[in-house]
Amino acid sequence: MLSLIVFLPALAAAVLSLVPASVPRRVFAGSFVAVAALDLALVLAAWIGFVPGGGFQFEQRVPWIPGAGISYHVGVDGLSLPLVALTAVLFLAAAVYSLREQRAPKAYAVLFLALQTVCLGLFAALDLILFFLFFDLSIVFMYFLIAGWGHGERARAAALKFFLYTFLGSLALLLGFILLSLAAEPRTFDIVELTAADPLAGGGTYAALTLLAIGVGLAVKTPTVPFHTWLPPAHTEAPAAGSAILAGVLLKMGTYGFVRIAMPILPDTWRQYAVVAIVVGVVSVVYGALVALAQTDLKRMIAYTSVNHMGYVLLGVGAAGVLAGTDEQARRLATTGALTQMVSHGLITGALFLLAGVLHERGHTYRMGAYSGLAATAPAFAGVFAVAAFASLGLPGFSGFIAEFQIFTGALAAAPVATVIAVTGIVLTAALFLRALQQLFLGPPRIPQAAGDGFLDLRPRETLSIVPLLALATLIGLLPRVLLDVVEPASATLVELVGR
Amino acid sequence: MSGAMAHDPGALLPELLLLGGAVVGLLLGAWLPRRRQYLVRLLAATVALGGLVAAAVAARQPDQLVFGTGFAVDTPTHATRVVVLGSVLLALALSVPATTGHRRETEFVVLLQLGALGAMLLGGANDLLLLFAAFLLASIPLYALAGWDARPLGAEAALKYYLTGAFLGVAMLAGVTILSGVGAATGYGPLRDGLAAAPPAAVGVGLVALLAGLAFKIGAVPGHFWVPDVADGTPAAVAAVVTTIPKVGGLVALYRLLVVAVPPEVVAWPLLVAVLAAASMTLGNLAAFLQSSVQRLLGYSTISQVGYLLMAVAVAGRADLAQPALLFYLAAYAVANLGAFAVVAALPWARTLDDFRGAVHRAPRLVAALVVCLLGLVGTPPTAVFVGKLTVFTAAVDGGFAWLAVLAVVNTVASLFYYLRWIAPTMRRPAAGEPVGEASAAGRPGASWPAGAAYACATVVVALGVLGGVVLTVLAGPPVAAP
Repeated sequence: MLSLIVFLPALAAAVLSLVPASVPRRVFAGSFVAVAALDLALVLAAWIGFVPGGGFQFEQRVPWIPGAGISYHVGVDGLSLPLVALTAVLFLAAAVYSLREQRAPKAYAVLFLALQTVCLGLFAALDLILFFLFFDLSIVFMYFLIAGWGHGERARAAALKFFLYTFLGSLALLLGFILLSLAAEPRTFDIVELTAADPLAGGGTYAALTLLAIGVGLAVKTPTVPFHTWLPPAHTEAPAAGSAILAGVLLKMGTYGFVRIAMPILPDTWRQYAVVAIVVGVVSVVYGALVALAQTDLKRMIAYTSVNHMGYVLLGVGAAGVLAGTDEQARRLATTGALTQMVSHGLITGALFLLAGVLHERGHTYRMGAYSGLAATAPAFAGVFAVAAFASLGLPGFSGFIAEFQIFTGALAAAPVATVIAVTGIVLTAALFLRALQQLFLGPPRIPQAAGDGFLDLRPRETLSIVPLLALATLIGLLPRVLLDVVEPASATLVELVGR
Repeated sequence: MSGAMAHDPGALLPELLLLGGAVVGLLLGAWLPRRRQYLVRLLAATVALGGLVAAAVAARQPDQLVFGTGFAVDTPTHATRVVVLGSVLLALALSVPATTGHRRETEFVVLLQLGALGAMLLGGANDLLLLFAAFLLASIPLYALAGWDARPLGAEAALKYYLTGAFLGVAMLAGVTILSGVGAATGYGPLRDGLAAAPPAAVGVGLVALLAGLAFKIGAVPGHFWVPDVADGTPAAVAAVVTTIPKVGGLVALYRLLVVAVPPEVVAWPLLVAVLAAASMTLGNLAAFLQSSVQRLLGYSTISQVGYLLMAVAVAGRADLAQPALLFYLAAYAVANLGAFAVVAALPWARTLDDFRGAVHRAPRLVAALVVCLLGLVGTPPTAVFVGKLTVFTAAVDGGFAWLAVLAVVNTVASLFYYLRWIAPTMRRPAAGEPVGEASAAGRPGASWPAGAAYACATVVVALGVLGGVVLTVLAGPPVAAP
């Protein structure tokens, strides 16, 4: 079942690649939507069949390279299932949004479907090498998406930077994985076995170096300050749907790695260095928000808010590693908040990037100063954008509030100063989103000359791709139990593992 | 070890088949008209296929030493045979358009076979004298091959190749003399006992001199100077052969020599090899950065690849994974490298990175194969070199060379830069006025052969990676020790 969910898109990509490129482009765009929808339906079925608190489910394990302790091992628990679902949702949104893609529609659909398999596979992987395989391939496919469908010459430079930077991160990760497996007796790359064995209990230099390698690898992908510099150019130059996937799914690979690998397999070391995660998280929160505030380019601004939002996640997982002066309740809250934040950020930022894409399609620039008074001509666009902006800054009623509230409450006892500083990040993001709304939608109507004669409101395919994302964010904000019932048992287990 | 077994020529069936194919091919080629010379190639392919079957059958027999103790028939030898013979088949395919109807077509095929024979003998050599003989056999035909098409650049490359080889070959001979002198034996088994009691300084000098020759053979620092010139100055078909086949034999020979014959307590060869590995991967990568000719770029890339391969040799005998990692990586490297050269051979209009601009619009499937092979050389999962690098890095960390693994990681990231410098332009829109549409080597006879070889390589690069587990288990058998 899980393998089917993971490999269905790749299978479809393989079939599509055999179809000649000369058939109407609707065939490719349509099959992308159909496959993404089918995959989402399968994920929903899995969600319904999932027993919260039942550990790993839909597990499957086949030996791959037995000599080195590598197997094809997949399964989902409360940590990964929400991210699998998020991936399926975002890819469907990207598919619907891309229905009118004009440039090389065949390669576009094939690459996106392959990327979907890679993303789903990463969240389902229960073997370090399998995890690494998907981690690395996500970089490769995203590189081709940015280089091939980005905005011209600068896109290739941005794609190269993205590839080199994150590839360095992924190899650091590989080194960490090798160190982990060498420490285990017998040698294995299996996440479940390593978690149970806790091979580096007691810490020490070896364990610290292992965590450093893994931590740097994941931090580049997340990204946190100071490894974030690849993110703004990659986002600015990527096509809209690619940005939505990059921010919504690929960034989660980094933070997911912390909760799936770094924390449960290296609990002692994680506790020892949890304060580093907290500090890096808080710096990312404040720095990301401040730099976002200084942007005049809408997409760059959203990109930097991602750095800010991922900072909250790091604060949460860091707080989960501080035992002194905290109770298990608080640590669970922080962990659950971090996981909720991953899902919430995926939905909201995915929507924001698609909206930025809408803006660029009309006016051919992301410069906010070029627009003004759009609310008059494009009320629906203005309304949806305002909802997304409010959701992103953490207004109650949206998923972002649930996530950030839990993180702050959970982290307050563990790191009071850091938490207070992090709360200022909310104020900053509120300021920058309000400023953006004011600039774009209020005031005298003005659009860039390149936009031609008018600024069209949202088209049906745009509405259909963006509104459901925000609806889900609202659903989680109003009825958080839908998500928390799945997440909470898993984060309780995680906190127990970290505390052992 | 019975005397009858020890002189059983059947144990060398793959080598004998290759030799027979070369001799018969040479005679045949002398009598055939130029347009019928493809028969020689056909014979060579048949012989290589037969050799593969014979090697597969031999792999099911127990390990043994034949011809006294001169030649080992064991897992490393089997692997060398399979990789070399497979490379010969690929090289025969990718050289079709460049050599068909050429007045030296037969010579190309025969020299290729003889060079491959030398590489196979290198892989099995268990005696210093046989090692040197195999070294010569793997070198001399390839000198001639480098100058095969008699272009000025090719002649220069051949001269440089020959001079480096002659110089370092003499050093190697001196090394053989010293080692056999102080060790009082040439067979690896007795040599180990002899060297254990010999003065370490003399063993060190002898080993360094011997390593110089093998470093030349595998294109590692400090014997790497010929690689870029030969890779760039010769036709893609020749460059593919010279940068692939001798490396396979040379690395296995080095591995066997160090593991079986040289006790690490006498000379600290692990550190020596580790330093050579570090130098090779770093220098190769740095030099590849700003190349504009694709063959020269591939030439430097092979130097850095040898660096990664030497990592496995450096921890030979100390990490369980060292041997399977080395042999697997060799196979993976050979296929990926031949695949990249096959794409170059299939697109004769593209010699520089700029020529590849917009190539995806002219030859989409070949560019796809190129991307798979180049990312395969980087070591992106799930390609074969990924499994190779994973096991090599694991072996290096396990064997106490964690710094080398870190350096290799940094180098891998650096190498990505120049491979991407090649991949990125292929995606661009072609400049105005350039032809668009499927335009590989159309018009020349046999133009589809290198393309086919490229597709085959790309497929094998992925398949070998996915099936890595099965293959690695097969490669685990240790080298056969002296009786």
